[in-house]
Amino acid sequence: MELILDGIVKALQLISTLDAEVFAITLLSLKISATATLTSLFCGIPAGVLLALSRFPGRRFIISLVNTGMGLPPVVVGLFVTIFLWRNGPLGFMEILYTPAAMILAQSLIAAPIVTGITIASIQQLPTNLKLQVRALGATRLQTIWILVREARLPLLAAVMAGFGGVISEVGASIMVGGNIKGQTRVLTTATVMESSKGNFETAIALSIILLSLTLGVNYLLTVIQQRERPR
Amino acid sequence: MKQASCLPSVKQPTATLTRKRGLLMKALLHFYSTLLLLAFPLIAPSDGNAASTKTRPIILATTTSTQDSGLLDLLVPLFEKSSGYSIKTIAVGSGQAMKMGEKGEADVLLVHSPEAEKQFMAAGFGTNRRLVMHNDFIIVGPLTDPAKIRSVSGVADAMGRIAASGEIFISRGDNSGTHAKEKTFWKAAGISPEAGKWYQETGLGMGQTLNVAAEKRGYTLTDRATYLAMKKRLGLVILSEGASSQLNIYHVIEVDQQKWPMVNGAGGKAFADFMVSRKTQQTIGSFGSEKFGEALFFPDAGRKPSELGL
Repeated sequence: MELILDGIVKALQLISTLDAEVFAITLLSLKISATATLTSLFCGIPAGVLLALSRFPGRRFIISLVNTGMGLPPVVVGLFVTIFLWRNGPLGFMEILYTPAAMILAQSLIAAPIVTGITIASIQQLPTNLKLQVRALGATRLQTIWILVREARLPLLAAVMAGFGGVISEVGASIMVGGNIKGQTRVLTTATVMESSKGNFETAIALSIILLSLTLGVNYLLTVIQQRERPR
Repeated sequence: MKQASCLPSVKQPTATLTRKRGLLMKALLHFYSTLLLLAFPLIAPSDGNAASTKTRPIILATTTSTQDSGLLDLLVPLFEKSSGYSIKTIAVGSGQAMKMGEKGEADVLLVHSPEAEKQFMAAGFGTNRRLVMHNDFIIVGPLTDPAKIRSVSGVADAMGRIAASGEIFISRGDNSGTHAKEKTFWKAAGISPEAGKWYQETGLGMGQTLNVAAEKRGYTLTDRATYLAMKKRLGLVILSEGASSQLNIYHVIEVDQQKWPMVNGAGGKAFADFMVSRKTQQTIGSFGSEKFGEALFFPDAGRKPSELGL
């Protein structure tokens, strides 16, 4: 118990003194995971809408792949991204292994199925009549999609939260493709692993507390937006 | 969008609701654009990384002990400042570090697994291998010492006694330099421990393995630096030390650029030169004395391995 209290004290200390290193690590975590979430939204929402609205052979199979992907183990993603990004790997020419860009790539791959899956679900839960109504009023295909996405925006916010929560708290892929390099790719989760392996448990607890407050803060913001207006 | 804009009226929203909705969209837009702004500076500098060979970062693959003890946190910034290179330290076991070198995924190695290093050099993966520093391997365990190894001289005999007593021994089990050393001791003791229930492999770094040993009140073989850096919390004591066979010797190896053109040969050499330079050697020699009461590493650059009794 004493250790946890020490950790909390240490966390408050690190936050109140604006410890430069911890601040930089926190900011980097936020940047990487936010960018990854955004990337996954750009790919996941259109893909989800497409899968929800269209009918083609193999669609169910693809949706079941997406649903499986929602639980994609980060270490597996990390392993494959690492192999692809090795200097002598297929994407080695980019030289981005052990950089934030590689972490964004890996985290986007982790978040994309989550966003896609929730998008499919939230578009499908809209009343079927809505689509018919919109088409009947003469909306073009694109306009229909836009209206449906707008109508589903509140459940879609859940996709943002789930995606962001998934990647900011993920450590397996980040440590593999980022390498936990001080000042470059060290984020809250990888720093926590390192500090606890060094036996600095107060610092590890402090970093965890910062991570939790950060996710809480972001999710609170999103929840406020989501709950401000309940549909119907 | 004429038709589209009349859609909300289907649901008969009030004017305030529409206004609220506008506010909501604005808030969302604002949120996303802030995220984008936050993210942008991240992507921009990573493009410039590959620009010239001078700024091409160096990948250093090294053992966990150099990171867990805090030595690299001290040396890397000094090197980056004096050379202008940026360095990416990947702390893994020596075995994995050398695998990275073999595949050209690292430019320079700082490792402590002499036998494997000789094979690495013989196979032509490295161009230059230089002695940097040493400390020693020790066996640590619970203060009560249930296997009674404290009185035993010689590490192989001590490990034999742990095996005979059936007390828990925690092994790195990760092909690291420490793990390689441990295997030579088991061999010398004439024991194959893998079958025993008392023999447990973590597959983790030295720091975490020490944590596991402390929790399970087991014995483990560790380098002195990591142990000293973590001693405060562990509750484990040194039970076997001092034999010359227990030396833990670190070399710096430059990876051969001829084999893998992507390797940053100049950068690797710059780091290796830095590690054996007089100033760095002094820094290594004094590292830890203040915080832990004794030096964690002894600088050896320029000496011959035979002077260490090898």
